[in-house]
Amino acid sequence: MSQMKKVDVVIVGFGWAGAIMAKELTEAGLQVLALERGPARDTYPDGVYPQTMDELTYNSRKKLFMDISRETVTLRHSVNDVAVPYRQFGAFLPGTGTGGAGLHWSGVHFRVDPVELRLRSHYEERYGKAFIPEGMTIQDFGVSYEELEPYFDFAEKVFGTSGTAWSIKGQVVGRDKGGNPFAADRSSDFPLVAQKNTVSAQLFEKAAREVGYHPYNLPSANTSGPYTNPYGAQMGPCNFCGYCSGYACYMYSKASPNVNILPALRQVPNFELRNNAHVLRVNLTEDKRLATGVTYVDSQGREVEQPADLVILGAFQYNNVRLMLLSGIGKPYDPVSNQGVVGRNFAYQNISTVTAFFDRDSHHTNPFIGAGGNGVAVDDFNADNFDHGPHGFVGGSPFWVNQAGAKPISGTKVPPGTPKWGSGWKAAVADSYRHMLSMDAHGAHQSYRDNYLDLDPVYKDAYGQPLLRMTFDWKDNDVKMNRFMVERMGKIAEAMGPKAISAGKKAFGQHFDASTYQTTHLNGGAIMGTDPKTSALNRYLQCWDVHNVFVPGASAFPQGLGYNPTGLVAALTYWSARAIRERYLKNPGPLVQA
Amino acid sequence: MSKDQPASVQPARRAFLRQSLTLIPVATLASTGLGGAVLADSATPAAAEPARPVTARAYQPTFFTQEEWAFVSAAVAVLIPTDALGAGAADAGVPEFIDRQLNTRYGSGGLWYMQGPFHPDAPSELGYQLKLNPQEIYRLGIAETDAWCKAQFGKAFAQLDLARQQQVLEALDGGTVTFASLPAATFFNMLWLNTREGFFSDPLHGGNQGLVGWKLVGFPGARADFMDWVERDERYPFPPVSISGERG
Ligand SMILES: Cc1cc2nc3c(=O)[nH]c(=O)nc-3n(C[C@H](O)[C@H](O)[C@H](O)COP(=O)(O)OP(=O)(O)OC[C@H]3O[C@@H](n4cnc5c(N)ncnc54)[C@H](O)[C@@H]3O)c2cc1C
Ligand code: SF4
Repeated sequence: MSQMKKVDVVIVGFGWAGAIMAKELTEAGLQVLALERGPARDTYPDGVYPQTMDELTYNSRKKLFMDISRETVTLRHSVNDVAVPYRQFGAFLPGTGTGGAGLHWSGVHFRVDPVELRLRSHYEERYGKAFIPEGMTIQDFGVSYEELEPYFDFAEKVFGTSGTAWSIKGQVVGRDKGGNPFAADRSSDFPLVAQKNTVSAQLFEKAAREVGYHPYNLPSANTSGPYTNPYGAQMGPCNFCGYCSGYACYMYSKASPNVNILPALRQVPNFELRNNAHVLRVNLTEDKRLATGVTYVDSQGREVEQPADLVILGAFQYNNVRLMLLSGIGKPYDPVSNQGVVGRNFAYQNISTVTAFFDRDSHHTNPFIGAGGNGVAVDDFNADNFDHGPHGFVGGSPFWVNQAGAKPISGTKVPPGTPKWGSGWKAAVADSYRHMLSMDAHGAHQSYRDNYLDLDPVYKDAYGQPLLRMTFDWKDNDVKMNRFMVERMGKIAEAMGPKAISAGKKAFGQHFDASTYQTTHLNGGAIMGTDPKTSALNRYLQCWDVHNVFVPGASAFPQGLGYNPTGLVAALTYWSARAIRERYLKNPGPLVQA
Repeated sequence: MSKDQPASVQPARRAFLRQSLTLIPVATLASTGLGGAVLADSATPAAAEPARPVTARAYQPTFFTQEEWAFVSAAVAVLIPTDALGAGAADAGVPEFIDRQLNTRYGSGGLWYMQGPFHPDAPSELGYQLKLNPQEIYRLGIAETDAWCKAQFGKAFAQLDLARQQQVLEALDGGTVTFASLPAATFFNMLWLNTREGFFSDPLHGGNQGLVGWKLVGFPGARADFMDWVERDERYPFPPVSISGERG
């Protein structure tokens, strides 16, 4: 095996988490190397006009996503089942290559509802311990909104986020202007004003107001105007091209590590990005207390050892967990004994969609127009913004119209009762496509004792290493919440006066269906917290057991959020980087005493 | 956006502009600041197009045998028929699309994780679990369907009348027929998905010839600039444009 020259920091994965860490740690003067398993990618040639306007290539065949033929996960619904591989893309779509999923995400860019950072404490205080069902393992993050606020603020400036503030330093500024009355206070405004709203979002806004909810503009990392970020990266205004989620932006309008961070890193001599470098494991000293670097496979299949003083795992939620398990970092979680931490508290997103169909003369929603982060939402039922007491479930959900650009292979929907194919289907598609809109209840998802991650005993990746196994299913709490939310959101749809509505609502006993897309918002498995018995990382995303390994990503979330995760991933990564820069480098060791 | 670029525009962005200039279909130039005037030029409503009969161009299949080609051509014509609303899947070139797709990495299963062991009887919520790739699904599915049609009606699928063909596809779709080598519904679902893909994808992949699929639903294709249309609750008037610049 060949050995490379030692670096100060090796970062595994170059998505948002990896790129933010790389920027912060090169600023601290360290020699930083990012190892990325996927190919080099950038706006050119991966998001050029007109080649990128190709739904078959990018959406149906998933050109920019992870190469699932080489590595995937296995799935089962319970500990008693045999897990089988996730053979074709369905429920979630992990990224690869420079920028990770950040190159082709949508751009809904939220902070977090402060309550969700201390979810268990909050529920116990407001509703009593007994309100949290048996087997639900939600817990506090161990960090507060106030502590994270400066990092949310800075991340928005890096991303060039468009939105409408509700209050800044306690001063209400967004009433009747599209601000969210449930949003936490901010130290400064969004860097850009909110984007224009599509017809669908306008209809949602009006109807939501009519039924008594409080609509606001979705914060989007799609630009409402030209912008230059603190790193000097330039963005042009988004033109609602509609080739957004799953596509790289040809207009330099969607925030990505590639557009917003990499150009600055390219200028500094102490940064290197090595593509086609698949990390197999983190190497540890014999006592497993310290990492010595990583071993990766290069583009030609050679195993290479890369020594480093500090290892950052930014390989995406489940890859982070898998790398920890493969390397022997932290104690693997066992759901039977309820011991161990790595793999614990795996959670997802509890999402449902309602579609409204209009008469062709009443509204032209033109669903091909849209931007990935754009839309109008309500938070009346998100987090703990309403009294859960009478309803008997934990969790909340924002509702929104987020028209990201629906194209005809995947985006044509037909009213209930339409024939599946033939002339009847054809007529319905022709009639519906330009006159429908979809809205989502983007529900939070809780963690449970028996939803967890470990290594699969049978299936391997292209390098001969065990795949990660997901043991996961919906619980009654999830179904209760989902049904409640779909009913509330359905009222908005009804208020729009459509000719037909179709709604996806979960049924009790319904299994997690991996074959249809939900979200790529996977959480937990290497969670942060205050107690090493119930968390793998301390509040600075530092491994309790191996102090020179930090693990940024949604793997750190003890449960899923109502909002999309990336805003919190970015803020936590900046928070962690700050702790490394200001405290760890001066005195390497645990930042929190166990 | 080019207007806002300072002189020190980054290399990738220069490449982007260079690239766009040679390939850009006219309508999208508006937002790049290179000329709003061209937009007006393309504002011919689809309705003004003279009606002309549409049939797919001639094509020599390289994956399908003649019998398979006859099956696919007949089947997609039932799934999306040519009718009063315009050309259907066969006339849009969907059979060519499928034949070409089956010769890609997708066709040979290269886009799926295909390592064993296989558990084809696992719950359907865990997704596809057969060991067959798309080429094999078509090869076996067509052979099974034709054999079944011959046993039931004395003719291959392509030779049956329309009503019978519909009945056969309903049976595959509903899983009321059982094949030895694969589940009938697996074959049907793939055929139906690929039919929609071929009907609605950019014509560079072989289907959607004359942009008939996009014209049917009113999808503008690769226009990809709606700055001036976002907020308007009205019919988008411009006809579709393909990646190669073809207008519908
Ligand atoms: C279609 C889509 C739309 C989305 N939209 C939104 C949205 O609107 N809002 C939102 O908040 N979130 C959204 N997300 C989620 C968002 O993309 C992720 O939260 C975010 O990208 C996570 O960042 P990350 O750096 O943790 O991981 P990633 O971006 O996935 O980056 C991880 C990188 O690590 C690399 N890697 C993995 N394993 C290895 C290894 N062994 N060796 C070397 N490299 C490795 C991967 O190739 C990848 O490039 C979306 C995701 C998808 C797929
Ligand atoms: S919709 Fe906007 S942000 Fe998204 S890809 Fe198109 S131009 Fe870029």
